Amino acid sequence: MLLNSLWLALRSIRRNLLRSFLTILGIVIGVSAVITMVTLGKGATQAVQTQIAGLGSNLLMVRTGQRQGHGGGAGAPAFKEADAAAILAELGGVAAAAPEGRTNVTVVGNGRNWATNVTGSTNAWFTTGNWKLASGRTFEAEDQSVGGAVCIVGETVRREIFGGAVGAGGLGAQLRIKQFSCEVIGVLASKGQAAMGNDQDDVVLVPLHTLQRRVTGTQSVATLLVSMQEGTDSTRLKASLTQLLRERRKLTAGDDDNFNVLDTQQLAETLSGTTQVMTTLLGAVAAVSLLVGGIGIMNIMLVSVTERTREIGLRLAIGALEREVLLQFLIEAVVLAALGGIVGIVIATGASIALASVMGVPYLFDPTINLLSFLFSAGIGVLFGYFPARRAARMDPIEALRHE
Amino acid sequence: MSDAPALTRAAPPVAVGQPLIRLRGVTKVYGTGEVALLALKGIDLTIAAGEFVAIMGPSGSGKSTAMNILGCLDTPTAGQYLFLGAHVESLSRDRLARLRRRYLGFVFQGFNLLARTSAQENVELPLVYRGEGAAARHAAAAKALRSVGLGGWEHHTPAELSGGQQQRVAIARAIVTEPAVLLADEPTGNLDTRRSQEIMDLLRGLNTDHGITVLMVTHEPDMAAYARRLVHFIDGRIDSDVLNPHPVEPGLPAGQAR
Ligand SMILES: Nc1ncnc2c1ncn2[C@@H]1O[C@H](COP(=O)(O)OP(=O)(O)O)[C@@H](O)[C@H]1O
Ligand SMILES: [Mg+2]
Repeated sequence: MLLNSLWLALRSIRRNLLRSFLTILGIVIGVSAVITMVTLGKGATQAVQTQIAGLGSNLLMVRTGQRQGHGGGAGAPAFKEADAAAILAELGGVAAAAPEGRTNVTVVGNGRNWATNVTGSTNAWFTTGNWKLASGRTFEAEDQSVGGAVCIVGETVRREIFGGAVGAGGLGAQLRIKQFSCEVIGVLASKGQAAMGNDQDDVVLVPLHTLQRRVTGTQSVATLLVSMQEGTDSTRLKASLTQLLRERRKLTAGDDDNFNVLDTQQLAETLSGTTQVMTTLLGAVAAVSLLVGGIGIMNIMLVSVTERTREIGLRLAIGALEREVLLQFLIEAVVLAALGGIVGIVIATGASIALASVMGVPYLFDPTINLLSFLFSAGIGVLFGYFPARRAARMDPIEALRHE
Repeated sequence: MSDAPALTRAAPPVAVGQPLIRLRGVTKVYGTGEVALLALKGIDLTIAAGEFVAIMGPSGSGKSTAMNILGCLDTPTAGQYLFLGAHVESLSRDRLARLRRRYLGFVFQGFNLLARTSAQENVELPLVYRGEGAAARHAAAAKALRSVGLGGWEHHTPAELSGGQQQRVAIARAIVTEPAVLLADEPTGNLDTRRSQEIMDLLRGLNTDHGITVLMVTHEPDMAAYARRLVHFIDGRIDSDVLNPHPVEPGLPAGQAR
């Protein structure tokens, strides 16, 4: 009987190709949308978390300008190199303070070009940014004071320009940055995967004075990176840091701060909170498409309910048992739903992997969401495929046969 | 044909003349309370194996109701129905279904073929529920289609067939199980005179050549003229039950037999 019903169900699926296809399509759309959205959302969350972890958790970033994201501090005076030294000397609980300047430049070496970010700072930058060297050395005191022609490259720059061994190739070679050439004295240990198109390894580090004198031609410092000692109260340090900078920047009591202090710990919480909200939101949007897919299936099934009812009446009249008819329609619904679910999962996996690589976020397989959306859509398929059939199979054959 | 696999679960043969169907005081009430409608008001009817019976009467006189009871598609409200001596009125739904698949074949006014399904598959359907193997199903369906003159049309779907051809597919489906009784409720109701006569010729042939008992509802005297017994219903009762002394003979157009 099971075999018979299976055969009849497969026949029925083939016979009603359009209906079967639309049912499967409804499930595929719902399942793949939900899985893709949630998978990408989780990937993005993780990417943000990885990136923030890479920044170092005990970091304060000081920028010019009144508030974060407020025109990048145009108009407000820049910091000076001495500000960083003063912070380290005068405030308690500071592990390191690095002045930082950046510019985007195309660097040339080994016959190749690469547009990258050239950062000027001091050795304190390694502490504040949680950076390690894969090979080579940090700056000598003399490099820093006279602005020596030396540079340390990130893994991405090393790979693109020099190739060769990971973390070591290109050491000792020359790299041209605008008008001057520097010797590669070190390679930074990779921070790993690029997150959301923002590759932290895509960097060339030079001494601050080298950047100021040979690349940008200004004395200014855009950012101060302050890393706190373990167990320091970040709120209090922020307050005393603000006070110190106000004095050094000669602000009077009535003036607003013309700089802002960003706490990476806080940033991490805000950002991962945001991406989690985003994931939930995407999930909700996708759930709507699952629902729409479900309504589509319901429509298809209801439109065909008259034909199906008559067909069931006929089957009963020519001697099918109620349970044979039920089994056939149950199998049909389950096969369609399972097929749709599987295709949906396959499409979602492909789309997630592709979109994740485009967006630069990691692909994380999430078994829970795969299972949940599969079960939900399968449930809808079975609900709307099987229950109208069950109603018909319980009718008198002659009543079902005459159904209008 | 002789080397084709035989049906393994065909109905046991019923000898011609043996009492097949007996209705005693059968009534049928539709609905309950104030809207209750007495569609059959006490029917007594005995039909022997091998008969060809036409049930006639005005619209609403209970012909279809009686046919549904005779075809074990419905049960009487009161009274007895004996089929080959067994009390049908007390059978469960499943037992009724098994009885239908074993002994009965149906032809409906509206053909009721499965859409988008080949003639061959439509005819095979009752055999699927009997649990026949694919080879036996195939052979039996092809044979049934040939016997209704549709050899070569196996792979056409209902949409590709005329009304008369569709009804012949339906007849092939009804006889593929080699039933004891063929029940047809207005089988020519949707067909023109020419097609109707072809269908009637077929039914008569099944009756005379294969010994299948044929029960047919019609309101057209020309079609009833093929039967050897005429039962008239009026208002839920049998008004008359007479033999037709001159059924339409093969080769003669209807209407000239009288
Ligand atoms: N399923 C039903 N429910 C309620 N009344 C019905 C039903 N089927 C038939 N009837 C009524 O029973 C009477 C007999 O109907 P029917 O047997 O179909 O007549 P006929 O086939 O002779 O035209 C009619 O009055 C009809 O309206
Ligand atoms: Mg009728």
